[in-house]
Amino acid sequence: MPQLGADMSAGKLLGWRKRVGDRVQRGEIIADVETDKADIEVEVFAVGVIEKILIRPGEKVPVGTVLAIIQEEGRPAEAETPSAPQAMRGEPPPAAAAVPVRPIPVRPSVLTPGTPRLHISPVAKKLAADLGINPASIAGTGPGGRVTLEDVQKAAQIQPTPVAEPDRRARMRQAIAAAMARSKREIPHYYLSTTIDLSRAMEWLNQENLKRSVEDRLVYGVLLIKAVALALRQVPELNSIWSGEKALPCPDVHVGVAISLRGGGLIAPALHHTDRQTLDELMKNFRDLVQRARAGSLRSSELSDPTVTVTSLGEQGVEAVFGIIYPPQVALVGFGKVVERPWSAEGQIVSRPVITATLSADHRVSDGHRGGLFLSAVDRCLQEAEKL
Amino acid sequence: MTKDKIRETVLRALGGVAPEADLSQIKPDLRIRDQLDIDSMDLLNFVIGLHKELKVDIPEADYPRLATLDGCIEYLASLRDLR
Repeated sequence: MPQLGADMSAGKLLGWRKRVGDRVQRGEIIADVETDKADIEVEVFAVGVIEKILIRPGEKVPVGTVLAIIQEEGRPAEAETPSAPQAMRGEPPPAAAAVPVRPIPVRPSVLTPGTPRLHISPVAKKLAADLGINPASIAGTGPGGRVTLEDVQKAAQIQPTPVAEPDRRARMRQAIAAAMARSKREIPHYYLSTTIDLSRAMEWLNQENLKRSVEDRLVYGVLLIKAVALALRQVPELNSIWSGEKALPCPDVHVGVAISLRGGGLIAPALHHTDRQTLDELMKNFRDLVQRARAGSLRSSELSDPTVTVTSLGEQGVEAVFGIIYPPQVALVGFGKVVERPWSAEGQIVSRPVITATLSADHRVSDGHRGGLFLSAVDRCLQEAEKL
Repeated sequence: MTKDKIRETVLRALGGVAPEADLSQIKPDLRIRDQLDIDSMDLLNFVIGLHKELKVDIPEADYPRLATLDGCIEYLASLRDLR
């Protein structure tokens, strides 16, 4: 069961998208998991064949539990011990596996009964139908992963029964509470803020959008995200993960963007390789991410990979946000709303659109001096929006 | 296009942006953003939705005119292409 954020201690397997004997590729979605915050598509980070499925749909297991065993390509078969395989633990890919972002098409959250790969005996199929169980959600133990009558009978025993669990919103609140309390308890935060003149950036954006079709327009939020990503290259210690004893610098910049969920709660999935994406790519991927976050179809790597978080409350009328760091990250960048303010420029007091950028950072990893350099770098990047 | 048809189209586009919202409860004279908790990304998706359905190209400068349901209908009805 992958760890999909500091606020996750367990997850419920909703269903498998693969069966025993199926070949899997790196980045492929193999299962769906329910967490307190969302339903997540679990990706696999190895190439091989599914050898054994250990957890059945409906089971809730702690983070770290091995869900299934993959026989990795090019490796000899190992003993069936839970410690041998790694591929399906949902662990993020190793740093060396950095590849350009290639969005995987959104898939349905569970397999439908008509899925062509389904191998099931007629009698098992009938029983599943009688019991109201989706046969595609049953892990087959027969030859070639065929679902047997016994598999259906077992699945019937572990079908989730209605229990008085707190609803998703309440559970999400609890999860956020736990992570934020831990953050405030363990991380010595320091906070900085600066006011940035956005006139050049907004002018550039307005001119740029005039040239674009409606579908290709940019929102100013992507300029902020890209500026943060580029500034992190200049102050890389803020793009780190706290390992428990020390900070581990992350070679790639994966900005987690805080997305509010209607009805309450928030989630901060990663825009992978944020610093390497063009504004057009970022816009496309950001739109997709927001849509999927609210639809509940995020991928496991999007929740496990963020190296820093960016949050913006400007649209709620907030002028400055001093956020709480999301462990194990070591920094969070906040933006308020764009406001017209008197601004001194070349001896004149003029009206300029400005924004307050803030940094919440872990004092174990960086000092105010470096944090200040980071905010200055964000400012510089936004003064040259055409280079973002 | 009649205002009733425009209203239907606007509500359909809003439904695409905020599928969980009960659009029958929208008050036509209050800000859509506040009622549906939508942000600038949603607003852009709403404008794209209108563009696809009505083939209108709404400039960013006119976004404030889309603030309420009544405002949307009046604005879209005023566009020459939809008269």
